[in-house]
Amino acid sequence: MSTTARSLVPALREIVGARYVRTAMAERVTYEMDGLPTHRRTPGVVVLPGTRDEVVEVMRLLSRSGVAVVPRGAGTGLSGGALADGEAVLLVVTRLNRILDLDPVNRRATVEPGVVNARLSAAAARHGLQYAPDPSSQTACTIGGNVAENAGGPHCLKYGVTCNHVLALEVVLPDGSVTQFGSPGGEPWGPDLVALFVGSEGCFGIATRITVRLTPLPRAVRTLLADFPTLRAAGEAVSAVIASGIVPAALEMMDRSCIRAVEDSVYAAGYPRDAAAVLLVEVDGRVDGAVAAEAAQVEAILRMRGARTVRAAADERERERLWQGRKKAFGAMGRLARALVVQDAVVPRSALPDVLETIEGIAATHRLTVSNVFHAGDGNLHPNISFDAGDPALTARVERASAEIMRACIRAGGTITGEHGVGLDKLRYMPLVFDGDSLAAMRAVRRVFDPAERMNPGKVVPVHACREWAGATRSPARASPPRAEPVSPAAEAV
Amino acid sequence: MSIADKLRALLGRDAILEITAPPDQTPRVAPDSPDAVALLLGTAQEEGWRVRVEGQGSWMPTDAPAEVALTTRRLDRIPAIHPQDLSATAEAGVGLDRLRQHLADRGVWLALDPPGLAGRTIGSIVATATAGPLRQGFGPVRDHLLGVTFVTGDGRLVQGGGRVMKNVAGFDLTRLQAGSFGAFGVVVLVHLRLHALPRADRTMVLRGSRETVAAAAEEVRQAGAAPAALEVLSPALGRSEQWTLAVRLAGSVPLVEGEEGVIRGVAGGRLEPLRAEEAQALWTWAAQGFAARPLTFRVGGLPEGAEELLDLIQHQVGDEWISASPGTGTIRWGGETTVDRLQRLRRTLAALEVPLTLERAPWELRRAVGHFGAYREGVGPLVAGLRRTFDPGARLVVATGDAGGG
Repeated sequence: MSTTARSLVPALREIVGARYVRTAMAERVTYEMDGLPTHRRTPGVVVLPGTRDEVVEVMRLLSRSGVAVVPRGAGTGLSGGALADGEAVLLVVTRLNRILDLDPVNRRATVEPGVVNARLSAAAARHGLQYAPDPSSQTACTIGGNVAENAGGPHCLKYGVTCNHVLALEVVLPDGSVTQFGSPGGEPWGPDLVALFVGSEGCFGIATRITVRLTPLPRAVRTLLADFPTLRAAGEAVSAVIASGIVPAALEMMDRSCIRAVEDSVYAAGYPRDAAAVLLVEVDGRVDGAVAAEAAQVEAILRMRGARTVRAAADERERERLWQGRKKAFGAMGRLARALVVQDAVVPRSALPDVLETIEGIAATHRLTVSNVFHAGDGNLHPNISFDAGDPALTARVERASAEIMRACIRAGGTITGEHGVGLDKLRYMPLVFDGDSLAAMRAVRRVFDPAERMNPGKVVPVHACREWAGATRSPARASPPRAEPVSPAAEAV
Repeated sequence: MSIADKLRALLGRDAILEITAPPDQTPRVAPDSPDAVALLLGTAQEEGWRVRVEGQGSWMPTDAPAEVALTTRRLDRIPAIHPQDLSATAEAGVGLDRLRQHLADRGVWLALDPPGLAGRTIGSIVATATAGPLRQGFGPVRDHLLGVTFVTGDGRLVQGGGRVMKNVAGFDLTRLQAGSFGAFGVVVLVHLRLHALPRADRTMVLRGSRETVAAAAEEVRQAGAAPAALEVLSPALGRSEQWTLAVRLAGSVPLVEGEEGVIRGVAGGRLEPLRAEEAQALWTWAAQGFAARPLTFRVGGLPEGAEELLDLIQHQVGDEWISASPGTGTIRWGGETTVDRLQRLRRTLAALEVPLTLERAPWELRRAVGHFGAYREGVGPLVAGLRRTFDPGARLVVATGDAGGG
């Protein structure tokens, strides 16, 4: 623990209570990883505020002291983004877990950042509504974490990612001041700072109240499982479905390695073990007849594109089983080896067949097991490499293969992350997609929010790759105390 | 050496389209590449020129005081359309009508129907974030952007996002550009998210008093229907003696037929289908009608409060030209009004937590009122900081109202 962080412990205890400041090594090591086992850092101090005002007090204290802070939700992220080292305080928001308002008439909800995604959906379901973004970790991940990462999920193909659903935010800035972005109706007060904040990976502040859009639950759903003899055929079927004009709610792909990992686990879903790939396609909507007709069209396309069989879930139980296999696939891969590199590249959909074959070739060259489970409809790949981290030679091969996969995706017109974020894990790849000026612009934006770059330091933007930037930082903070209430419009109209 | 001579030396003799009429007498420059825009703005930074950015000049009046008028009209290439990926890349000066035609030829569709004339540039639509009725089904302008390239006020080319469907690599400079009114640079290239051209596209209407159409709109919303557009149009905009509720359904044939069945079941079955040419005329005028008025603004409230907002707007500035989306709570207003009335309305709305964005007006009114305003505590310094980041010399003339905006 650093001296600076340690010196703050009494003051932190004063703010949140001794019980919610974790200093013992045994407690701190439980926060040394997120969902990605390849990065570990032990935070200097862990603090768990229970109210917005406590967050404000903690952030003011850290600002005055110049100590770095890393926000964290449930720690299910897959980029090493929510890891803090010994010099930093890890600020965990899981105690801020109240659903503050659920307004079925206007189809909105306002929640604290520690509310678990699935809990919000369950609360909305009582009103015939849903919170659509559904990351695979939705039973554990928090809305605050979803906002920080601009999380996606299988059903984002039709319904959009987190950014498309966030209307307004109350944010505690790095200096401890409180501000609001967006409005309950979704229209910004000027430039769209909600859009800028969502996906900022904890570098701009901490969202303490999040207003999201809810959408009607579909009344009719059809879930199809199609299996293919080759990866290429499955990839081509994806493009054919999208080109048909039907927008499936979800269009997911799993390759043979992934299928077998799932089928060997407690999450076995009845996927055909001999298939080169399966597609899980869901069509939903308001009217049963229309959904049935769209599902029939999708089935015809899948068969025309080489599906050996297409099976429709007969009932809700079978649908849930098919989805459980998909959503727990990452967990099932834990059977293959203890360590797992999880990639998150995105490619243009039409490049999927070629890129999948390239990845297959890279895996063969480096003698590695790569399992693909991903959001095919969005072109968002998750080639996952299972390996034994105790073997240095093997680890080096994994590193080389990961970099080759990433470069192949970028060559195909893609990018390095679609929903997991950059964090620590993909920092080294950022210069592959952005030049020095673009990276410098991102860093300059960060410094507008956080001139000292104390929030989640060392993440997202590789500082060494930034060109010099002349832009200024934020105006000096006002003398007035922070408050969340609207101010007189004339007072700050610019 | 005059500014015009310097510009010719910098960008070539053909770069200047004209010297605008007195008293403005500003050289109107049309760079033909993103690099030329960067060169121009880098020079403007060094020379201390204020630069007014224009598209076709059909939406925002080209009346802001500046030493140089930069028009994007020669940035008119469409480098790529990828129907299989449902994406396209277009330079900022491409007119929406031309882009639509190219996309339709390839079986794809940009689900944006902004107010204004058909030839408005894509850069103008992005900078002003002016979505139209299709916002109900397809979201605001930012949701259609996959990536942008823009030039900062001091001449740097910056890239945000990319051309893939999902992208969280780095901070989101793409969506920040949507609705920034050019305060954070000049958008020169956009990567767009497309949809398959709808296999079916139908519009149903109901005409009546404002209360009648509002009640019917609420019934459609409560029925759980998912229309592409659900819009209430004032008589002038609906070209009728009464108010119009227009419901547009677009997508696959089964989807549209299913939704049509739902719509027929509400409002006592009084929503009547339009023929294709009637529907096209309705939506075209709903967009182009705003171009006939000197000023437009939008407000964003809650669906439940839409009627009260309409009452308030009617009381303060009249309700002749209104297009309201009861499903999203967005209301667009067109007409003529004064600085005082507009400022009073903005203050009243702010107290209700409803932002008013001034989309289009003569410069003097823009300068006095600002496109944005009524920021919450702490937002003003952030916006000013972003402004200085992307335009450190305050060369871009934008009516944000702040010290650097012009």
